Amino acid sequence: MDQPAAPTSVLLQLATVDYLILAIYFAFVIGIGWVIRRYMKTSSDYFESGRSLPAWICALGFIGANLGAQEVMGMAASGAKYGIATSHFYWVGAIPAMVFVGIFMMPFYYGSKARSVPEYLKMRFDEKTRTFNALSFAVMTVFSSGISMFALAKLLNAILGWNFDGCIVISSLIVLVYIYTGGLTSAIYNEVLQFFLIVLGFLPLVLLGLKDIGGWDGLMKNLDGYSATKGMPGAWSHSWAHMGNPADNPIGIEWFGLIVGLGFVMSFGYWCTDFLVIQRAMAAKNMNSARRTPLIAAIPKMLFPALVILPGMLAIGLYYKGGTASMPLPIAADGTPDYNMVVPAMLAKYFPHGMLGIGLTALMASFMSGMAGNVTAFNTVWTYDLYQRWFNKNASDAHLIKVGRLTTIVGLLISAVCAYAAAKFNNIMDMLQLVFGFVNAPLFATFLLGMFWRRSNGHGAFFGLLIGTISAAIFQGSTIALGEMPSLLKGGWLGIHHTFSSSMAQNFWMAICAFTGCFVGTLVISLATAPNRTNEELRGLVYSLTDKPKEEAGTPWYSRPMPLGLLVLAGALVLNIIFW
Amino acid sequence: MQLDIRLPMGLLFLILGVILVAYGLFSDPAIYAQHSLGQNVNLVWGVIFALFGGVMLYLSRRKA
Repeated sequence: MDQPAAPTSVLLQLATVDYLILAIYFAFVIGIGWVIRRYMKTSSDYFESGRSLPAWICALGFIGANLGAQEVMGMAASGAKYGIATSHFYWVGAIPAMVFVGIFMMPFYYGSKARSVPEYLKMRFDEKTRTFNALSFAVMTVFSSGISMFALAKLLNAILGWNFDGCIVISSLIVLVYIYTGGLTSAIYNEVLQFFLIVLGFLPLVLLGLKDIGGWDGLMKNLDGYSATKGMPGAWSHSWAHMGNPADNPIGIEWFGLIVGLGFVMSFGYWCTDFLVIQRAMAAKNMNSARRTPLIAAIPKMLFPALVILPGMLAIGLYYKGGTASMPLPIAADGTPDYNMVVPAMLAKYFPHGMLGIGLTALMASFMSGMAGNVTAFNTVWTYDLYQRWFNKNASDAHLIKVGRLTTIVGLLISAVCAYAAAKFNNIMDMLQLVFGFVNAPLFATFLLGMFWRRSNGHGAFFGLLIGTISAAIFQGSTIALGEMPSLLKGGWLGIHHTFSSSMAQNFWMAICAFTGCFVGTLVISLATAPNRTNEELRGLVYSLTDKPKEEAGTPWYSRPMPLGLLVLAGALVLNIIFW
Repeated sequence: MQLDIRLPMGLLFLILGVILVAYGLFSDPAIYAQHSLGQNVNLVWGVIFALFGGVMLYLSRRKA
């Protein structure tokens, strides 16, 4: 089997103190699972944390599940490639959707007592829509978990020279132990730990980098110098000023595709329908906490660009300021800059032993919580939506916990297979990711119509989803990004009818097309077929038939979802204006 | 009532903070000149870790 060979020189050398820090952290991770295993009495405890957690824990789990290592390293890479405009993935591509799901959608997810997102689809529409969603989601989660596992092993192999197989085995075992014992609660608790570890572990990296480059002004000066050499003066130091024309900014997108494609379709599709994050909010102890989960999570999310994008911007600024002597840009095998390695390079530069152990532990923890988040979502959907429905309708509660635990083992085994497949056949993984893109892009239209239009029905939802997915595939097949050759992966296999200035732009517009296809399809088919649910059955599932959630008298304004949501939106608006 | 996450979290950060401070006190200052612009980042950040851990521990005990 082709595996990355052990590199001749490693980027980082660890000292005893770094190993000690790593060991202590993972002892705590496993210990937490061990301690809370005795609270796992019912399947609801195991899969839904017994719907008992306070809002702040759910919120940090919500954001921690999303703050995987691919996010940390990927956003730093984008910070280097695109500059401040990377913040669009936060202030446009996350915050509005998080506010929307908290205020408008959580009442139905939480209030319906559904145990998963696919189960909501069954209550609202029908069994076929649920099974379609559950199947595609289950496959996607084990696959994503495998990708995290692969990325972790590859990274540790590259920067520390650790054995690839050993990394796969150890990371799976750690995740297995704490999910097997403590279920969702264990996953969420560890996401909270990892959240603070990343924030506190990466902050000094940013502070040292800023100090080195001469503060914010120094950073801007150097980024302006760098962007001038790229023929887009000022593009790295502004988020919106260069969004008029795709040719003027390094992302290669214009404001309309950005706002509608990323800010509406893709971000609402992820934050409002992905069970991986929704599951964290559904574990909350009451409706008010469930609704506040994404809203509280939005506050750190809004500030994360300072933590995850800034290191990439600093790396480029330092590189421009002092050449490779000051900040050597990591170089990939083909000689081009390897932006994904910017974070490890910054760690190697600024962190002495001690803090280096902290930084590395934070990175490893976030890879593993990426695996754990997917595995917990997978075992819930498998157990409730597939196993209980299709294989054993009358399963006892104790039996379901057993199935959940067994599924954790099986899920991690499949993930490991995916990780090796990713190491061997890079293209197959890219292909799968593309197909998931087709299936996911239209989802938000289904939920939007399901929650806010009571006339939409099961046939409409199911066939609308199919139409949306097919529209996405056709769109991808008939367009291509500038500089790419037509292929199944890059598009253009149905002939090239439009050329986008970047593959990101192509992706955003594909999502717009998929959403529109699904929306129109669901609308037309619902109107053409008879409703399959009575108004009585739809109570609690659709906006117009559900009583508005009431807050207890005396709840202060900051504990009420609406004012909190407005505050978060205002904050995001101000940030957009400051960094315009 | 379940385990209060602030208890293990407080312990973890307190222990990590103490390790960082101890290492910061006894390590060769040359590593700070080489990496962190001459700042003893282990000492400074170890104190912050320990403080954070302490606050979390306090919060977890207070209501009990």
